[in-house]
Amino acid sequence: MIGSEFVALSLTPMLIGICVAIACALPGNFLVLRKQALIGDAISHVVLPGIVVAFLLTGVVSTWPMLLGAAAAAVVAVGAIEAVRRLGRIEPGAAMGVIFTAMFAGGVLLLEQSDTSSVHLDVEHALYGNLESLIWLDARGWGSLLDPVALAGLPVELPRMALTLLGVIAFIVLMWRPLKISTFDEGFARTMGIRTGPLGLALVIVSAIAAVAAFDAVGSIIVIAMFICPPAAARLMTNRLETQIAWSVGFAALAAVLGYVLAGYGPLWFGSADSVSAAGMIATVSGIILGLAAIWGPCRSRSGSAAAIG
Amino acid sequence: MIFDALTLQLGYNATLVTLGAALLGMAAGVGGTFLFLRKRALVSDAISHATLPGVGLAFMVMVAMGGDGRNLIGLLIGAALSAGIGLLILSWLSNRTRLNEDAAIGAVLSVFFGFGIVLLTIIQTMTSGRQAGLEGFLLGSTAGMLRVDAMVIAISAALTLALVLLLRRPLTLASFDPEFATSIGQNVRRTDLAMMGIVLAVTVVGLKIVGLILIVALLIIPPVTARFWTERADHVVILSGALGGISAFVGAALSAALPDLPTGPIIVLVGFCLFGLSLLLAPGRGVLSAVVRHRSYQRRVHLRQGLLALAQGQPIYEKLTLKLLRNEGWALPDGVATDQGRARAARALLDETRWQLIRRDPSFEAAAAHYDGLTPIERVLTADQIIEIDGRIPVPEVAS
Repeated sequence: MIGSEFVALSLTPMLIGICVAIACALPGNFLVLRKQALIGDAISHVVLPGIVVAFLLTGVVSTWPMLLGAAAAAVVAVGAIEAVRRLGRIEPGAAMGVIFTAMFAGGVLLLEQSDTSSVHLDVEHALYGNLESLIWLDARGWGSLLDPVALAGLPVELPRMALTLLGVIAFIVLMWRPLKISTFDEGFARTMGIRTGPLGLALVIVSAIAAVAAFDAVGSIIVIAMFICPPAAARLMTNRLETQIAWSVGFAALAAVLGYVLAGYGPLWFGSADSVSAAGMIATVSGIILGLAAIWGPCRSRSGSAAAIG
Repeated sequence: MIFDALTLQLGYNATLVTLGAALLGMAAGVGGTFLFLRKRALVSDAISHATLPGVGLAFMVMVAMGGDGRNLIGLLIGAALSAGIGLLILSWLSNRTRLNEDAAIGAVLSVFFGFGIVLLTIIQTMTSGRQAGLEGFLLGSTAGMLRVDAMVIAISAALTLALVLLLRRPLTLASFDPEFATSIGQNVRRTDLAMMGIVLAVTVVGLKIVGLILIVALLIIPPVTARFWTERADHVVILSGALGGISAFVGAALSAALPDLPTGPIIVLVGFCLFGLSLLLAPGRGVLSAVVRHRSYQRRVHLRQGLLALAQGQPIYEKLTLKLLRNEGWALPDGVATDQGRARAARALLDETRWQLIRRDPSFEAAAAHYDGLTPIERVLTADQIIEIDGRIPVPEVAS
């Protein structure tokens, strides 16, 4: 398994999966602590109308217009949710439910109404992507990692996802203190002069960027899973934010690698020739990790509730 | 063609599906209200996504038992079982661990859906069984539905609606005021369980029509829309049921009549249009009425301040004030008061002077609390009190 075939067929999808998982899990830590975990769910649903509109406007399936369309849709959705919440005085969960279902429905309808039969654009693709197809055709073995000609043939998703991951890390490192303080005590953060409103919005936007960059490679479902499951599992392991983030990165990477291996090689062990959806398997593994943490995690119960132990 | 569909003349199957959709819409609207009032609207999203592994497993079991795996009842039972497991895990996560409900919702939703996708990819490679159509559960598809399936959907939608109507009283009470419901001896935990049962039933029945990704919209959008029109819990329930029924009926009919219109998204968009109209037009909570209210308040403040300025002989610089005074015929374009305007100004000034006096007097403390610069003092004090106040107004010295 560790040979030239592995480098060509499995290395890049695995690396992309790891980048996606970590890029989503990092902001997910803060979203879970701020009780905004479902923002990721909303964003990944509205990505579909964004790419469909971008396709209808440009007429081609190319990366940049679609990423821009998806990002624009995410911004529109966040704005619309906020508008509905304030104008109609509706609780945030319901406002979110109204907007993202309506936008998703609009996206499906546009897709059905327009002629997209000639191009590879469908709802299933947006939902669970196609991680397995991101192979590195030019690779001849481990040596190719040092070969500039072969490196030029890397799937474009890998550098893009790595760049997104770097951006997310940069945001969290630069904003570490204000983010941490405003997540745990928003009132205190405001007395210290931290502008919590724009900071919260920036966090949502960074999450949206991570989600949009990721969905193209791996689809929506894995994005939602990675926003929530690794941080939630990490939350059950520790009481310190720094440690929690370290755990969540570890869990995310583990889920990506294990999920990919199980999806690609697991069926072979059962004697079946075909692999199963890697995105789905990664989400499943992250859920299993969360389940294990919920049963055995050292900090699984709420502090102060005596009945929870046992 | 659209008219035919709306009047149920497109054939037996389409009619059954349309009626079934309308019944389901009503059940979803009523059931969703309780979720919405308890602020747990998005729990339904987790439930609906959690049906997918059940559909896949039911298909595999049926194929293993020798069928072709397309029995709708079997698939729906599988869906209900896995959604139930998802719901149990969700409540376990949010009750027994420190995770909040939203994280639990997201975790159940994504993991169950991901596992369902894994099962679907396994099914795609299976050689036996007729797997075509399982994707229809994602977004709903009513085109080319078998008569038996249409019957199953119409009947189970009617049963769900009956169940909702049967349970509506305890549910209304528990979702509107859980503490009160507990105090009169109602078991709120059990009521909550019943509510989740209804949501589960709506989700499972709606799988084939609306699809599991969008079914949550049928549970959320009608109650949110209904909430704009009334402040009473029982009215929200009725209105939401009606709105859900209308959206589903119109959506299903449109989808049956026109080509390339998938049922689920159309139903959701019809519901969203009703929501948009309500957001704009509803009296009280709507945007338009809020704007009107704001404008009329602004107008009263400007007129009052303008009149006071006129009475005290001060120039008016604010353009809006001047315009409003002119429109009332109380001032000329150059800011000079008309006769009528002088009379109104004098009255406003008298009112204001009286207010200032009672605000300085502790014995009028309760009345003075009503001061907002707009309320005429006659609405707060009796005629006798006003005469008493007027006695305290210092008489201006007349120059002789």
